[in-house]
Amino acid sequence: MKLKSNIATSESGFVFNPTSGDSYSANSVAAEIMLLLKENNSIREINQIMLSRYEVDSSHFEKDLDDFIAQLRDQNLLEL
Amino acid sequence: MEKLKYERPVIKKLNAGIMNKFGMRTEFTPHTHIEGVAVKDIISKFGSPVFVISERQIRKNYQQAVRSFRTRYPKVQFAWSYKTNYMNAVCKVFHQEGSWAEVVSGFEYHKALGNGVPGNKIIFNGPDKREEEIILAINNDSLIHVDHFDELFLLMEIVEKMDKRPRVAIRVNMDTGIYPMWDRFGFNYENGQAWNAINKIMASEKLELVGLHSHIGTFMLSTAAYAVATSKLCDLAFNFNKKFGKAIQYLDLGGGFPSSNTLKGAYLPGADTVPSIDEFAEAITSTVLNYGFKQQELPLLILETGRALIDDAGFLLGSVLATKRLSDGRRATILDFGVNILFTSFWYDHKITPAQEFSHHTEDMVLFGPLCMNIDVVRETVNLPLLQKGDQVVVHKVGAYNMTQWMQFISMRPSIIMIDENESMHQIRKPETLAYLESLENIPEHLQQIKL
Ligand SMILES: Cc1ncc(COP(=O)(O)O)c(C=O)c1O
Repeated sequence: MKLKSNIATSESGFVFNPTSGDSYSANSVAAEIMLLLKENNSIREINQIMLSRYEVDSSHFEKDLDDFIAQLRDQNLLEL
Repeated sequence: MEKLKYERPVIKKLNAGIMNKFGMRTEFTPHTHIEGVAVKDIISKFGSPVFVISERQIRKNYQQAVRSFRTRYPKVQFAWSYKTNYMNAVCKVFHQEGSWAEVVSGFEYHKALGNGVPGNKIIFNGPDKREEEIILAINNDSLIHVDHFDELFLLMEIVEKMDKRPRVAIRVNMDTGIYPMWDRFGFNYENGQAWNAINKIMASEKLELVGLHSHIGTFMLSTAAYAVATSKLCDLAFNFNKKFGKAIQYLDLGGGFPSSNTLKGAYLPGADTVPSIDEFAEAITSTVLNYGFKQQELPLLILETGRALIDDAGFLLGSVLATKRLSDGRRATILDFGVNILFTSFWYDHKITPAQEFSHHTEDMVLFGPLCMNIDVVRETVNLPLLQKGDQVVVHKVGAYNMTQWMQFISMRPSIIMIDENESMHQIRKPETLAYLESLENIPEHLQQIKL
């Protein structure tokens, strides 16, 4: 699982896809996950990191992370 | 290290400058309290979902509506439309304020009596009045609004056997320029049916024609339609006076004023577009005042306003059961209430707000109820914060028709709470129970035993 390499992300949650010209706004949790994806972290690592930082339980986060990955895929922001 | 507050991750495409089809407004300002009482306290005490009614708002609406008419016209009377919300506590607030009762069935009629409304202050409307109900209404000197010729003949037959002269009015339907025309109720004006009914009543000498009634539709957006309806009733009253030398005592313009809800398919929110009661009052009263009645013969003006007086006094509180993504990527939020108890979601795009704080991030979503059917859609599209399981929401302006047209389907109907003017909560209807529902059922002997 990897974010397309040319996708620009900022910590404030602004996301830009230069190929399509589309820009997005991500909330802080989403922005952080995208940075982690960019740094080539695995899903398991992302899970660990996020659970240690945020007030959320693991089954809840797992569901949301799946959902978020699907959103990224829908928006064509992931490497195939 | 203290952990950070979590929110479901979401990204949203920015379409700069373009208004999306979901409209410009997002409803993320949380609505945490109703009349000073915390939503979460109401839910923890009475469960979710739960209807909440603000007594203060009802009184305010009523007093404002009365003022709109009385400042323009000397003789005005409101009659509470029971079908709009016949919780007894609600009716009693209206009656305390001075409202009569307007009922359309024997059941509603008995409710009004039970609420202490004197018989002569009950208006009995509708096409379904049974013989025994008519007799009761005659004995109570109620105002019987005749809907059709069959009823008129039945009434005449009944009075033959009674030593009474009931007070009646006829319901008149007419072309007010509004489509569809509600011509299935009452006698038509344009084709002479209404005038014919008046003549039959007068010829019988058994009935006293005291009023003329019309109810031209509901959620009417045109004040001009009321001016037309008023002028047609005035015309009948005038001709009546000319022919029979008597004055019609009242004109009843029915209900139909819109609330500030947003009708489905409307381009702009209701709050920005619907005419105010003042504007309707102006159209109606100026028509009567300019018609040329003698000062002492000005008819009493009766209004049976329903939804406009109660809609914004009602709230439905509920909770998120689950969120999911549909096959096309749209977000779906499943709530613990659906069209079974929020009947008006068939008509309105109800305003729904979260009851707790969120970040400014929002999503477009569909709101579904919990019923196992396709039609159970509370909002087809709405932009809301990132709701998740357990979050609470407030549906606004649900006071009219929901607590009467709700269905007991799949789940039971919830509590109704009234918050009084001192911010105290009263449970004015308990939640239904299995025992309550089954108390009406009967299982035949041969079906008592089952073996599986
Ligand atoms: C005879 C009559 N009066 C009054 C009303 C109340 O109408 P609304 O809620 O539109 O004011 C109705 C509603 O259908 C009605 O049929």
